[in-house]
Amino acid sequence: MSTAAPATPTAARFIGTSVKRREDRRMLTGHGHYIDDVVVPGLLHAAFVRSDLARGRITRLDVEAARELEGVRAVYTAADLNGGQHEYWQTMVGRDAPYPPFRALADGDVRYVGEPIAIVVADTRYIAEDGCELVEVDYDPLPPVLDPHVAADDTEQVVHPELGTNVASEIPAMPNPDLEAAFASAAHVFEETISQHRHLQVPMETRGLVAHWDPGARTLRIWASTQSPHEYRAFFARYLAIPENCIRVTMDDVGGGFGQKVFAMREDMTVVLATRKLGRPIKWIEDRRENLVAASSARAEDVRVRMAVDAEGRIQAVDVEHTEDVGSYPVPGPGSSAAFTAMMFTGPYKIPRLGFRNRAVFTNTNGRAPYRGPWMMETVGREIMMDLVARELGLDPAEFRLRNIVRSEDLPFTTPTMMVYDSVTPHETLLQAVDLVDYEAFRAEQERARAEGRYLGIGISVYVEPSSMGFGLMSQEVATVRVDSSGKVQLIMGTASHGQSLETTMAQIVADHLGVDIDDVVFIQGDTDIAPYNAGTGGSRSAVYSGGAAREASVRVHEKAIEIVAHAMEAAPEDLEIDGGVISVRGTPSRSMTLREVAELAYVGTDSLPPGMEPGLEATARYKGPRFTWSNAAHICTVEVDVATGHVTILRYVVSEDCGVMINPMVVDGQIDGGVVQGIGGVLYEHMIYDDNGNPLTTTFLDYLVPTAAEVPDIEHGHIETPAPGNPGGYKGMGEGGAIGSPPAVVNAVADALAPLGIRVTNQPLGPNDVFALVEAARAATT
Amino acid sequence: MNEVPVTVTVNDERYRAFVEPRKTLADFLREDCVLTGTHLGCEHGVCGACTVLIDGDAVRSCLMFAVQADGAEVVTIEGLAPPGELGPVQEAFREEHGLQCGFCTPGFVVSVHAFLAANPRPSRTEIREALSGNLCRCTGYQGIVRAVERVAAGIAGAPTAAPTATGDEAAS
Repeated sequence: MSTAAPATPTAARFIGTSVKRREDRRMLTGHGHYIDDVVVPGLLHAAFVRSDLARGRITRLDVEAARELEGVRAVYTAADLNGGQHEYWQTMVGRDAPYPPFRALADGDVRYVGEPIAIVVADTRYIAEDGCELVEVDYDPLPPVLDPHVAADDTEQVVHPELGTNVASEIPAMPNPDLEAAFASAAHVFEETISQHRHLQVPMETRGLVAHWDPGARTLRIWASTQSPHEYRAFFARYLAIPENCIRVTMDDVGGGFGQKVFAMREDMTVVLATRKLGRPIKWIEDRRENLVAASSARAEDVRVRMAVDAEGRIQAVDVEHTEDVGSYPVPGPGSSAAFTAMMFTGPYKIPRLGFRNRAVFTNTNGRAPYRGPWMMETVGREIMMDLVARELGLDPAEFRLRNIVRSEDLPFTTPTMMVYDSVTPHETLLQAVDLVDYEAFRAEQERARAEGRYLGIGISVYVEPSSMGFGLMSQEVATVRVDSSGKVQLIMGTASHGQSLETTMAQIVADHLGVDIDDVVFIQGDTDIAPYNAGTGGSRSAVYSGGAAREASVRVHEKAIEIVAHAMEAAPEDLEIDGGVISVRGTPSRSMTLREVAELAYVGTDSLPPGMEPGLEATARYKGPRFTWSNAAHICTVEVDVATGHVTILRYVVSEDCGVMINPMVVDGQIDGGVVQGIGGVLYEHMIYDDNGNPLTTTFLDYLVPTAAEVPDIEHGHIETPAPGNPGGYKGMGEGGAIGSPPAVVNAVADALAPLGIRVTNQPLGPNDVFALVEAARAATT
Repeated sequence: MNEVPVTVTVNDERYRAFVEPRKTLADFLREDCVLTGTHLGCEHGVCGACTVLIDGDAVRSCLMFAVQADGAEVVTIEGLAPPGELGPVQEAFREEHGLQCGFCTPGFVVSVHAFLAANPRPSRTEIREALSGNLCRCTGYQGIVRAVERVAAGIAGAPTAAPTATGDEAAS
């Protein structure tokens, strides 16, 4: 480009305003188009036979009766399909990452309850499920591997015999004399083990896909419920050893993902292998039981934390031993988030030294997949530890945080993992949240309540979010902005918005930077034949990366339009401005051209273009962003605990967030709210439970309790808006933050309420039974 | 499999089909009537995504067989407003950002119609209780609760009582 992008939009009409969503009309009227709405001629329907056993050998597998059922078109087992597999790896982590051994269908043994053993393909889903009932499987049970701490050192009972170990990946301890010296000389050293249990992502739309191998054209067509159509295409090209350009993947509306729908999983692979063999389109829609048992799980990890503190209450060092249960077949790679857990463990505090080691361990359970802030054990471990240590030191948790928090005068601040915070506001957000909740008033109220025998508590959580992580495939995004011959705009992106409102927010960016009305911008995504290759939507990356690409492409088209008009009207480009799709001479609005007239020149009246100019009026921009864009927030939660029943009631929930320039404040608050409630649910209600035999016990929504409107509080928001210096729009990603900050805020509030009883809270969940057990144990200890 | 005839009036249109007795009303609406706005989120009656109105009452169409709806008047999300238009509940959801991925939304909107028809002036607690039969994983319910309050308060010309079928019918 001949000129640099202007620093500000021509007319900032849309960025920064709560534009109502352009997605809503179709969704509100029942005209959204989700995966189960896909119908193609000749469509068949699939259902899976799954393992009832956590670990064991398959001694008999008889599918003959199912094959003979009228309406069943195929029944496939590993013997039929697994030979069609070639490479198995995800682009995000690369071919050299550690992986579990891969297989579409269980072959000879089973490794978790819910593992797919056979696929039945039939004329209807009803018949496919009838067919599944007729498949007979006998097993020789083996003792399941369930405890990651035991499994990590066990080479006899292993989940994957091919590997000979249960350790999926490891960050070894590094010798660190400086760290040990800090612990040796510290005024106080505290140690605690903090855990979080197994959560599930629970998108309201379960997984699903339609796949069609056309044996004549030798092409594969996939309709997917995915966060990343291009990853599906790239993955299946490798998996089947066919060229990417023979595969087309599309997604329309997707009913939530939360990390579960980024990567192809075993059912997807099986359906694709099945259509390759059968040559007919096959639909598989996961039912809720399958989703709760076999889709993927998350969290299920613990940290042993040592913290060294000086006499003034300043943290000198933290040492962390992190263990993750990654189940049997995690994605991506080994399913570990430990690198980011380590990177962010010191969070918003001036902690000069960090030791960290990790083991990610296979167990005979549902495999791990990313879930909104996959590395967030750093915030859970650190923020719960902050409260435990504050109480030991006799300091208020807010005061202990204030003694250690990064302040504006500390910037740029380098963490012990060599991350440089250029623009963060943890101090400011903490103060704003303290102010919003009226912290001192609550402490007074709490004291009065305690005198009446009521247990109120307040919990703080502060974090820095490494949004928009610019590694590998994730380091760039792409947008095409095309003015069509009628002067209207197509915005074509590699995103896969599935609730993030990109159809609205990206159009806001284009409207401002191109200079058109937002209603003239149509957003197109999710089709690998149309949209350029990219990573999709996840990782709090869209504002920075997709926004950066949309902005750059818009600016290029804007500049070209200006050049065309300048030539046609014999005006100087710097005298022209564009607004509402009309380019005019500044101060002389009568001298103007519409974007439609410009487009007509660009496509048809090409002899009127400036000499040498390429015809057309579109631009594709790839935006490579900074490695990190730091956003941050402080959460404060207040609760009342009924010690007679163990029931926790959230009284207030306050979030102060800094996500830089807000493209659409309504959407920002909506993202915060959704994440916060997922975190509240995770602490108080949600728990995927396995029994001692590896049987899942939470297989319906009556057992796995997603919070409802009746349980959640009104969420109050404050904003500190510090533009990100690393990208031209000043945006910071924030999609995951709510779910990162909320669990420790809730845990700390419950712990604060129960502190007078001598109770310390280090584990979750905190359902009524769990809280009641803590109260009972404390009473038993004092009598 | 034996198929039996059913006749169901859906959104003022009559649908006749032969269906297996085991076919759920939800599948009948989605497959036989091609009204795919009714979504299936759990198929065991908890999430509420499949909620439709049957003779004015909110019903989970995943827990009912199509044959049980023989002769009934059903209203689905598609029938709550004239094509291309938003009814007051839908408009309020849009104004208050009561939806993100949109999958649970039809069930919420239908449930809210039935709720406000029965209780046009609910308290916030009553709203939260009434919404507890529907699950949403995106919004944290904040915008949904606000949307119901907005309709109940009659903001922006919303009627005090929600219609139970199309706008035309409700007016008559």
